[in-house]
Amino acid sequence: MKLSGKVHKYGANVDTDAIIPARYLNVSDPAELAKHCMEDIDAEFINKVEPGDIIVATTNFGSGSSREHAPLAIKASGISCVIAHSFARIFYRNSMNIGLPILECIEAAEKSDSGDILEVELATGEINNVTKNLSFKAKPYPEFMLELISAGGLIEHTKQKLRVGEQ
Amino acid sequence: MTIAEKILATHCGKTRVSPGELINVRVDLVLSNDITAPIAIKEFNRIGVKKVFDPNKVVMVPDHFIPNKDIASAEQAKMMRDFALSQGIIYFEVGEMGIEHVILPEKGLVLPGDVVIGADSHTCTYGAVNAFATGMGSTDIATAMATGEIWMKVPPTIKFVYHGQLQKWVGGKDLILHTIGNIGVDGALYAAMQFEGEAIDSLPIDGRLSMANMAIEAGGKAGLFRADQTTLDYIKPRATRSYTVVDPDPDAEYAQTIEYDASKIEPQVAFPHLPSNTRPINQVGNVEIDQAVIGSCTNGRLSDLIVAAEILKGRKVAKNKRCIIIPGSQEIYLQALKMGLLETFINAGAVVSTPTCGPCLGGYMGILADGERCISTTNRNFVGRMGHTKSEVYLASPAIAAASAVLGRICGPEEL
Repeated sequence: MKLSGKVHKYGANVDTDAIIPARYLNVSDPAELAKHCMEDIDAEFINKVEPGDIIVATTNFGSGSSREHAPLAIKASGISCVIAHSFARIFYRNSMNIGLPILECIEAAEKSDSGDILEVELATGEINNVTKNLSFKAKPYPEFMLELISAGGLIEHTKQKLRVGEQ
Repeated sequence: MTIAEKILATHCGKTRVSPGELINVRVDLVLSNDITAPIAIKEFNRIGVKKVFDPNKVVMVPDHFIPNKDIASAEQAKMMRDFALSQGIIYFEVGEMGIEHVILPEKGLVLPGDVVIGADSHTCTYGAVNAFATGMGSTDIATAMATGEIWMKVPPTIKFVYHGQLQKWVGGKDLILHTIGNIGVDGALYAAMQFEGEAIDSLPIDGRLSMANMAIEAGGKAGLFRADQTTLDYIKPRATRSYTVVDPDPDAEYAQTIEYDASKIEPQVAFPHLPSNTRPINQVGNVEIDQAVIGSCTNGRLSDLIVAAEILKGRKVAKNKRCIIIPGSQEIYLQALKMGLLETFINAGAVVSTPTCGPCLGGYMGILADGERCISTTNRNFVGRMGHTKSEVYLASPAIAAASAVLGRICGPEEL
């Protein structure tokens, strides 16, 4: 699965309150949540994000609350992938479960800046910074995780598997 | 094996598990709240099953934006109520409800040796009663509601040992803030934290709940304590089913052991905008506040209110400053009433609210304006956490928060 888009770069400990402030959690519709994605640390994010774009950050991305609204808001904003040095545990799990690809790659995160164009191949873990002509390697996604991502998340993937079993 | 490993092994039918191992775990309780349940219910319905795996092991607590703060919150609360009533699961209506992590242990729903997962990051609170408890997202919770099982990776355990006895006004909140300040907000990422030592042995259950509660603030998956006499005194009158106390094996392997001289730890204050940004109270300097909040799943328990009342008795909240006190449950509220604590608070010029998570996450009941500062007994001080993105939250114990409310600047009780 190949992803491509421009970088939106952030620093360390981008917490779930920064990704989607709790004051907007009285709804759970991803499109509604996306309108406020990153609002408290980057009010311009939602105006500049385009489908396919990639969030890049340093350590402990997604720390804080267990709100699945956070990866849902990121995904619905058009972001195709998040690349960071490291992710908070619950955010990592939630992202997989809802089908938002996230990759740990310190080098790619360090050497990419806002506006750079990245190409990401999940099956091989290859990350190309087209703007800077640099290549990086993250751990590739195993087959079942690629299936899960293309199905749109854990529940859809489980349903698909169950349907195959029934046939 | 460590406490975490032993509990997880028992729940996946193995005699032994090791860190990094992927296991399928049987859960004793699955929790969600009015913010996370709506997504979990949608996902549950998409799976296509009709009934939860066991209605006595699924609990929903309306506490974040409840009593309903606006129409959208009311709709979410209604969706959760309808689901809870139709499924016959454990549910606490307004009037019975409290903050989830306060009432679950209080009602004896979490017992030693349990595995609990909750769609709330502070689910780790129950490690205080010797349970393996961890936060997850709504999709995981939906799956567990349907099947009673969830996959997990066995975490490595980091052992924290607190030697010596605590100084006056130092409690569980100070120990955990000091620890997070020391190891950082990802210092225990993916790991189970296990708390031990002389200072822990003499720490009351409420203080242990405060500590386990904030394990997530260091990135931890769980924060665990042994079950000693203090634990059993708390558990025994509440438990309505059998349980198994889990001690670590003497030859358990720890990823790391971190030791502190607890007698040297002073009351702590975490400055904006990270819980790890801690300073001892004597290095705080002159920080004026607009508001003090005493409550939450971290510090909304009876002993927290007793400390606050001890400090506020016969004193007044500083002129034109706000002090908001939120008992964590109806039981605590009633106890505080009977003990005269509420009268002390009201005489001091504080307001007392019905149980809610409200201000902690910037929901309602104490939102901050541009440039305002709050000293709070809650657990997070991220940008915009309690309101405006240019407001500031300082985290501390109830003793510090109450004293600060009196002077209108951050201070310890000794300054009064």
